[in-house]
Amino acid sequence: MKSPRSWAPYILLAPAIIWVVVFSIWPFLNTVVLAFTDARPLRPANFIGLQNFSQLFADERFVYAMVTSFVYVLVCVPLLTFLPLLLALLVQKKLPGIAIFRTTNYFPVIASVVVVGIIWSWLFDSKGIINESLRFVGVIDQPITFLIDRWLILLSAISLTVWKGLGYYMVIYLAALTNVNKDLHEAAALDGAGTWRRFWTVTVPAVKPAMLLISALITVAAMRIFSEIYVLTNGSGGPGGQAQSLVMLIQQVGKGLNGNLGYASAISVILFLLTIGPLLLVGWINQGSELRAAMKIRQQEKAARRARKGGGTPSVGRAARNGVAADMEGADR
Amino acid sequence: MSMNARSVKRVHKDRPWRSRGESNFDKPTFAGMIGRYVLMLFILVIMVGPFLWQLSTSLKGPYEDIYTFPPNLIPESPTLANYGEVTRTIPVISYAWHSLLVSVGTVITNVVFATFAGYALACLRFRGKSIIMVLILSTLLLPGEVTLTSQYLTVKSLGLSNTLVGVFLPTAVTAINVLLMTTAAKAIPESILDAAAIDGASTLQRIRHIVWPNVKGMASVVALMSFIQAWDDFLWPLVVLSDPEKYTLTVGMQYLNSSFGSNPRVVAAGTMIALLPIIVLFIASQKQFFRGVEAGGVKG
Repeated sequence: MKSPRSWAPYILLAPAIIWVVVFSIWPFLNTVVLAFTDARPLRPANFIGLQNFSQLFADERFVYAMVTSFVYVLVCVPLLTFLPLLLALLVQKKLPGIAIFRTTNYFPVIASVVVVGIIWSWLFDSKGIINESLRFVGVIDQPITFLIDRWLILLSAISLTVWKGLGYYMVIYLAALTNVNKDLHEAAALDGAGTWRRFWTVTVPAVKPAMLLISALITVAAMRIFSEIYVLTNGSGGPGGQAQSLVMLIQQVGKGLNGNLGYASAISVILFLLTIGPLLLVGWINQGSELRAAMKIRQQEKAARRARKGGGTPSVGRAARNGVAADMEGADR
Repeated sequence: MSMNARSVKRVHKDRPWRSRGESNFDKPTFAGMIGRYVLMLFILVIMVGPFLWQLSTSLKGPYEDIYTFPPNLIPESPTLANYGEVTRTIPVISYAWHSLLVSVGTVITNVVFATFAGYALACLRFRGKSIIMVLILSTLLLPGEVTLTSQYLTVKSLGLSNTLVGVFLPTAVTAINVLLMTTAAKAIPESILDAAAIDGASTLQRIRHIVWPNVKGMASVVALMSFIQAWDDFLWPLVVLSDPEKYTLTVGMQYLNSSFGSNPRVVAAGTMIALLPIIVLFIASQKQFFRGVEAGGVKG
């Protein structure tokens, strides 16, 4: 603070910067470059233009993976946006023993996907509890082979994702629910609004920012789905790989000594383009104010430096304009 | 208004439900409360049932049917034989050791480096700060899966493929943890830092005696989140490790299930070994967990 020429800040930041550059930014740039080559391990790469990308849409594996990802998003977003909210409302009131329920709802979140995936593969087994209970109530007489059919695999995997995610989003909602105006609830109730009506007119508007954040988070998480389907299908992605996700395809295409690194990178670029929108939204909700502040400081520093160099008086109007521009830029993020 | 009601109906204050005429909306009605408990118990069964079933399967003898309906949670002849069996099938103890090494390493480096970086970003003034901030923030837009292939190439070119160091290295400091620590360090009163600077305290002394006591709470959140993340991670160790001797627990469990899947009792015993430490850790430190989710509800 007292010695602006000190090296201390840079030394303190060095590990973080090195890691960000070496393990995020460099691999990302490398991915983008590789996407336009036919790179394979142990062989020099050639630039092949857009060939990887044009090949993608003729590749049925890629089409299957895209369908899987979109089905995942379409089913998970509404389920995981509303069920955790209902769960949060259920455990929100301070009743004796409520902590036990809150805690246990979080168990699936902290367990590894592999552990719960193995449990799930037994629940959905042809002799498993799901089949046995369906048979018990007389809905079926032949067991359903859940983990052989493309759509049933997705159904099983989605049920696993939803079950595992409930507790996590419940906690975010619990924090958001403290914003709900109690007086408004009481006033609405006195006016004769029922529980259902009050839920939509009082609770939902109050937790809307959290809802937006959560649906963006779920969209990204659903696009990135890997472990659930991998464990449930033992890495095969179902019959003919029809239930494979994008990440499974990336992992499968890129692995081994003969892995097609260029092609895997092209799929990675597509995945990036699919997730960047919702991630920008998440970043905007979480870090928007900080980003704006950082941009503003930067613009002001620049203006001040320019003013000093030019020797003229710092133009207030210009600094203010820059400030506004920084705000707009922040808003774009 | 509810204040009023509360003071008038002081007699009912210790009752968890709302009686007739009372208008405290923090409390449900009596019937509503019973309904809530029934619903919560039902959800409890759904959330915990699968784990209990797994635990009971791991304790069942070889001749006991595990697929009965309704499910039989109490083993007829409880036995620990499956736990012995799983250690003979796969080196589960060394898998657990590998997971522990990676997780503890991740926790230490994240806490130390993120504290350093957070302090610098929040409390020090220097050139290029906003660029560095934007650089770190921008990596939040990059899911790890996107860089999977290139990440592996990087680790391989460092000669670290098929090693535990290679599993640990990419997440040794993560952007989100740096941001969490920056937020925590921003709350340190500037006057204290200035006073320390005037007293001639070195940077490390300042971090040790002033910054650390102030950011300890957030550091424990970072530590817990990093531990869980590392312990549960599956995709990255699966990509990096090719030798079954070197697997971590998650990859080892998948290997056990796909290669020796014939006896679910043994696999169940293995998964219990992977599950119990994390459940115990969670119960011991729930407060930090929930704070962590609220603070960094971003990780996805």
